[in-house]
Order: sequence, then C-alpha cells, then structure tokens
Amino acid sequence: MAELRLNGVHRDVDAPAEMPLLWVLRDVLGLTGTKFGCGVGACGACTIHLDGEAVRACITSLSDAAGKEVTTIEGLSADGSHPLQRAWASFNVPQCGYCQPGQIMQAAALLKQTPKPTDGQIVDAMSGNICRCGTYQRIKAAIKSVGGA
Amino acid sequence: MSNVTKLGRRSLLVGSVGLSGLMLGVTIRGRRLFPEAYAAPPGPADLKPNLYVSIERSGHVTIVAHRSEMGTGIRTALPMVLADELEADWQRVSVVQAPGDAKYGDQNTDGSRSTRQFYQPMRLAGATARQMLESAAATEWGVAANECKAENHQVVHIPSGRRVDFGALVDTAAKLPVPPESALRLKQPQERRYIGTGVPIVDLHDILMGKAQYGIDTVVPGMKHASIERCPVYGGRALSFDAGAAMSVPGVEQVLQIAPSPISSGFLPLGGIAVIARNSWAAQQGRQRLKVEWDFGPNASYDSASYRNALRDTARSPGHAVRSEGDAPAALAASSHRIEAEYYVPHLAHAPMEPLAAVARVADGKCEVWTATQNPQAARTTVAQVLKLDEQAVTINVTLLGGGFGRKSKPDYVAEAAILAQRTGAPVKVTWTREDELQHSYYHAVCAQRLEAALDDRGHPVAWLHRTVFPSIQSTFQTGVTFGSAGELQQGVTDMPYAIPNIRCENGPAAAHVRIGWYRSVYNIPHAFAVGSFADELAHAARRDPLEYLHELIGPDRVIDLKASGVDYPNYGASTELYPIDTKRLRGVLELVGHQSGWGKPLPPRHGRGVAVHRSFLTYVAVIAEVAVGADGQVSVPRVDMAVDCGLCVHPERARAQFEGAAVMGLGNTLYSAITFRNGRSEQSNFTDYTVARIDAAPEVHVHLVPSEAPPGGVGEPGVPPVSAAICNAIFAATGKRIRALPVDPASLRASG
Repeated sequence: MAELRLNGVHRDVDAPAEMPLLWVLRDVLGLTGTKFGCGVGACGACTIHLDGEAVRACITSLSDAAGKEVTTIEGLSADGSHPLQRAWASFNVPQCGYCQPGQIMQAAALLKQTPKPTDGQIVDAMSGNICRCGTYQRIKAAIKSVGGA
Repeated sequence: MSNVTKLGRRSLLVGSVGLSGLMLGVTIRGRRLFPEAYAAPPGPADLKPNLYVSIERSGHVTIVAHRSEMGTGIRTALPMVLADELEADWQRVSVVQAPGDAKYGDQNTDGSRSTRQFYQPMRLAGATARQMLESAAATEWGVAANECKAENHQVVHIPSGRRVDFGALVDTAAKLPVPPESALRLKQPQERRYIGTGVPIVDLHDILMGKAQYGIDTVVPGMKHASIERCPVYGGRALSFDAGAAMSVPGVEQVLQIAPSPISSGFLPLGGIAVIARNSWAAQQGRQRLKVEWDFGPNASYDSASYRNALRDTARSPGHAVRSEGDAPAALAASSHRIEAEYYVPHLAHAPMEPLAAVARVADGKCEVWTATQNPQAARTTVAQVLKLDEQAVTINVTLLGGGFGRKSKPDYVAEAAILAQRTGAPVKVTWTREDELQHSYYHAVCAQRLEAALDDRGHPVAWLHRTVFPSIQSTFQTGVTFGSAGELQQGVTDMPYAIPNIRCENGPAAAHVRIGWYRSVYNIPHAFAVGSFADELAHAARRDPLEYLHELIGPDRVIDLKASGVDYPNYGASTELYPIDTKRLRGVLELVGHQSGWGKPLPPRHGRGVAVHRSFLTYVAVIAEVAVGADGQVSVPRVDMAVDCGLCVHPERARAQFEGAAVMGLGNTLYSAITFRNGRSEQSNFTDYTVARIDAAPEVHVHLVPSEAPPGGVGEPGVPPVSAAICNAIFAATGKRIRALPVDPASLRASG
C-alpha cells in the first residue's frame, strides 16, 4: 500500500511500487485525463506535475512519487479557470484534444518556473510534447498570451 | 471499487451541466458512456421528425452526430448546420454520438467526405423540424403558415409580432405530418446563423479539463486489460508459446491465443498471444515475459532497400496506360529538350496520439463495444463476423478519437477486444502500445515514380509521361492485387491538370508485403510530391519563375473532362457536374497564395521559397513554403502560406485549423518520417525512431480561404499533398539541390567548403 498526495487529496494506493504513475492514475485510480501515448517518455501525453515540476507519468514509478505532491490535469483547476485553460479555449487550440492535457501541464510547469518565457524558452519547454494534429502554432500563441515576454 | 466511483461521478457530471457554465461546450454535452442513455427513446410528446434531431417539451434540442470526431470538428460542424437550418439557439442544443448503424447513412469518416455528403441532409433535417414548428404555431394561432417564421428557438407571427418558444409547440408539431422534401424551404445564405462562424467545438471544455472520453479511457465494471503479442511479420503465426513466466506476473490472470487471419486479412485481427490482466501495466509486463515460437510466413524477407530498387526498376519500364492523350512516347522521342526525374516516398505510419484501443463486453448473445473508430459500421460487421453473431446483436459505441488519420478506419483492434471478451466472459479492454502501432500498421504505401517531359522552344511541355508504382490498398483485402485502382490513380496521376498536348500516365505492378492502408490524403502524398516537384524542375529547365510557370502550365480556364479522354476517373465518388476539375479555381488559389506569401521578395542566403498546387478531395490548395537550410544541411520551415478553395466552408475556423495541421503533418512527412522494413519487420518502434514534427519544427502557417458558395469539398486531407513539393522546391531555391526522395536527407544539403 503506497500513499500519494494527489490533487491535494491523500490517497492510499494498492499497486506495486514499480508501477508507472500513468497506469496507477488511469487503471487503479480512474483518472483518465493523463494520457498514454508512447510509454517511453518520448511524447509528453502523460505529463503531470511532481512537486510542481513536469514529469512523464509513464516513466515515473509509484515509488518515485512517494511523499510528493502529484498534480494531474484534473487537479489543475476545479472549473477550467487556470489561465492556460482559458487561453487554450480562446485560441481554440485542440483538434482531437488527446495530447492537450499533457501540453497544458507542460506549459503550466513552464510558466510556474518562467512566468514570462521567450519564444525560444517556449519551444524548448514544449518540444517533448507531440501533437499529431499539428496545433503547435496555437499552443505557442496561447502560452504567449498568458506569459508573453 | 474505483470503477463504481468513476461511474457515479460521471453520471453526476452529466446531470449537472449548468454548474460550470463557462462556455458553450458545457451545455452541449451528451456523449454518454453507456448506450442505455442513448437508446432511451424520446418521450411520446417529443418532436422527432427524423433520425438526426429531436425536440423536447422544454425546448431542448438534441442533434445526433453520426460521423466520428478525430479532430476535424465534424461533431460540431454538422450539428451546427442542422441547428442553423432549424433556427435553434445553440445554447439549447445537445449533441449525442450515434452508434454504428447503417440507418444513419454512411458513417465511415474518411475521404474528407463528411461535410460534402451530409451538408444537405443536415439542412433538410433541420428544415423539416423548423417547418413543423412553424406550422404548429400557425395552427395554434389560427393564422397562415407563411406568416410564421422560426427565429432563434421561437416562432414569430410576423404581422403581429407574437412569439412562442419551440418547446411550447412540440405537442402540436408532433401530431403534424412530416413535410416531404419537396415542400421544404431552405434558408438563403444571408439568413445563416451559425454556418460560416467559429462556434467552439462541443468537446472543448471537457478536453481542457481532462474529462473528454476517448476509446482508451472507457471503463466498464469488471473490465480486464489485454496486451497482445503479434507476429512481427505480416502473415506469420505462432507455432507454440510458453505462458509460464507471464502468468507469474502479479495481476496477470490469463493467456489466450487468438487465431491468425490469413493474408489478405482485411479488417480481421492479425492473431497472436493475448495476456489478460487486472490492469494495463500487468498485461504489458506479462506480455514481455511470453516466449513465442513464430512461423514468420511468406513476408519474412521483406526489405525496404531492395524493394525500393525493384519499384524503381518497374517504373523504368512501360506499365498499364491509365490516361493517354496524343502520343507522348513519340513526342518524347522526337524532342531535343527532354527532362527526366525519378521520385521515391517511403512507408509512413499514422501514429495518432491515442493508441488503438477498444473495450468489448459479450453477454446473452450480444456484444457491446466502446471504441475510437472512424468506421463504426465496419467495426460492427467485423465484430459480428468474428463472433458469429448477427449484426443486430452488436452495438458499437463511438467515443472521441485521439487522432485517426485513416488508421482507425480499420477495426482489427475492435475485433480483438470482441474475441477476448467472448473467450473470457468478462469485459476486456485491448490497448495497443506505440510499438504495436508502428509494427502492425496498415502502412501508407511506398511509391516509386518516373516522370519525363519534352519542352518546346519556349520551355513549355509538349509531352508528359508519368509512371507510378506502388502496392495497392486493395491488396490488403484481396490476394494477388498488384496494380492500383482507379480511385488510387486519380490521386495525382490521372487527374493531372496541366495543359499539355501529349499525356501518358502509366501504372506498374507492385506486390505488397505488409498491410497497406489509407493515411491522411493517401496516394496524393507521393503523386503531388512528384508532380509538384517535376513542375518546378521544368520551370528551372525553362529558366522561368516557378510561380509564373505554374500559371502557364495550368493554362486557360477550362473544365477538364477526363471521361472524354477515356480515363476511369471516380472524382472521389462525387459527380463531375457538381465537382468538376475547374482550372479557374486552381489558378485562383495559386494567384492568392502568390499575393499573400511575399513571393519574389528577397531572402537571406540559403533561404528559399517553393510553390506547389494540387486538387484533391474536390478542394484546390496552393502552398508556398519558405525554408532555411543550415550549413549542416538541417532544414527549417519558418513560414507556410496555403490558399484554399474548398467551396462553401461550413466552419472556417476549424477549416483553418485543419490546414494549419496539414502543414505540420506534411512537413513531418517531408523532413522526418519513414517506416522501413528489414526481415519483414518495421525498423521503427516508437517516437524515438519514428520521427514526427515537434513544436520546434512548426512553421508559422497562414491559411487564406477563398470565399465560395460552390458545393462543399474536403477539408481534412487536401492540405497535406502539396506541402512536400513546396518544401522541396524551396530547398532547391535555397541550395540548388533537388530532393527526389523523402524524407529529406540533410547530409545531401550540407554547405560545400
């Protein structure tokens, strides 16, 4: 039995210590906003925050998260009011939408660390997150609208 | 336990739609996890004049989306057309997703056909309901029906200004006869309420909250998770397997063999060894511990390098003539200025961000499925076939799709879930890994082409020879097919639009060694690359500006009648009267992109612009790409301009998004992506070695839509084809080096010295 602080709530989790958080979240805890895309940390669809830093849940084990605050897309805001969620809506960023929770979580971690990123910092921070629909231009615009340098 | 909690929370969400009423997407809810909610027939007092719309006494309107949403916005756009014609208030509309059922008409969401095929039916469906409400108001008020007009969810009596809400008319309207199509009055363009606007997609809020439900997110009580080891070579099968170590993984419950389907397997599953477990992770861990002995079958020596050479050699010999005008071989033989070039495009895999997944439950002789599918009717047929059930016993619930690009038109993964659910007696979710997806795709066809042209004294071509060689998609469904179909050859070969007196198009044979399938814009990718590049080669051979030269190639405004030339030309299944090949529109997009892109303005060294134009899926697209080539040969694409004439554009905001995305996917196809085979196996396994465009490669895309009232054409696919040629033509402008094989090899572009 592992203990997690997940989206501000204490959770006891009955899962093996080496199980990736991705599958703990999705299959054990039923939080499906964190997406499976590659399983090897190469696409960013499963991006969550561990103590406020962006990590890939598919290569972060349950034991890696022990004692840390885990935030998923479900915990970013109660109602979609995070400035990035609002910006994503106003730029109509999503097409299929599948990668967008990961994109938003990555961008949220960027802005936490660098509130006014340059274009280069945005590209650097976001280049681990793939969008096959090709919404990158709007992702850049949405991030800039919130934290434009 | 968590499953039960989850279901409870979701029901609560469905019932509390007003709580977070931030945007339209919140009130326009309606995808239900369980079909019981969908299947609940409207109450007897509801007005339900047709399959697509019902109106409750509260005035709430429910519109059925029957096409699959994979990112194009169609789940919003088609209901919006209906709501527009109904004069419904969009805030009082819910959208529900139809299950797979032939009664909805065609549901196979591919070929960029949804708006083209259903714009008019949706209008008629909305007009039917509107006219019944108008008639009901006239009846209740005792006035003439033509004095009553629907307006934003009310009917107005024009002479008196009296108004009544739609909801109050439902009982009366439901008793009226449904008017025949001939009696319907459709709205005029100036009366449009939503068509042509940028209504946000209905799922936007759920997506941003992480609550949108894709196939892979489906949870059914008691569900097991399966991961399947399939033979790495197409057509192989398991001879034996040892499940001992797999069964020792905690959480693994069962290991089952799925029988292989013989070549050509079509939509049937490949077969393999399935590990069934309490969660996805355990299933994957167990699978890694399987020991399987395979018979790799007849494709075990498939090798991309030698196959490429074989296709190239085939393209050097005459093939089947598929278009012939004048005498191109004679004109070529007689020419003193002859240009030749050979092009090559590799296999690609769709790699939608949501891997393939399906959940199936089989009980009491019925099967129920939840899945992300582009093709729910084919999923239904395939599941019925593998389970030996009547189709009526199979329900396919369609979730959102995390991308599709053609892969999710093929329901092999759905059949796998159905087979396992039947065998285990429990609901089963099959989740493909990324490695599975890249190893067992229905690959975009590799294609080798040869083009020859003869130029006259002015540099204009008098003869054009185009030979294309590729494995046909038909080979996936029928053994022994080696030539392309008319539908495949129309994609950039037989529909060549340039004004040239002697034309010959030929197709040579190629046997397939993997499953070949549709990939966004399909055979237009290699053909538009070759034709668009070759046109640029001719321009340079003629020492002409490529944009001007393209205008000259297009020639005078005219409709190209391929049938008159004896070409078997399907025109994407559309009538050539409604959707002719109209060179005026081709010229129009080329002029527009030329004006908007800054063509001709000076650029720094090793920068260049390239242009290409292509009609596909009944839509005309011209692209100008600007590239910068580093001293190391690395290509970046700072800007892409796309001019688009897709006829009437129902949702211009989402159309722009589709073309922005097409530029990115086209760029990835051009610069990065390739699937190659060795010993019958894909050499790429994940995003680590199957490279796709990331944000650092994303160009600034400017989409220029041509305002039009012509019948709607395609939007999802036609942006992709001209991108490769535009980029490679720009590379030539920047470096003087001609790219004839994709993806671009940066080593060939290094600055000399």
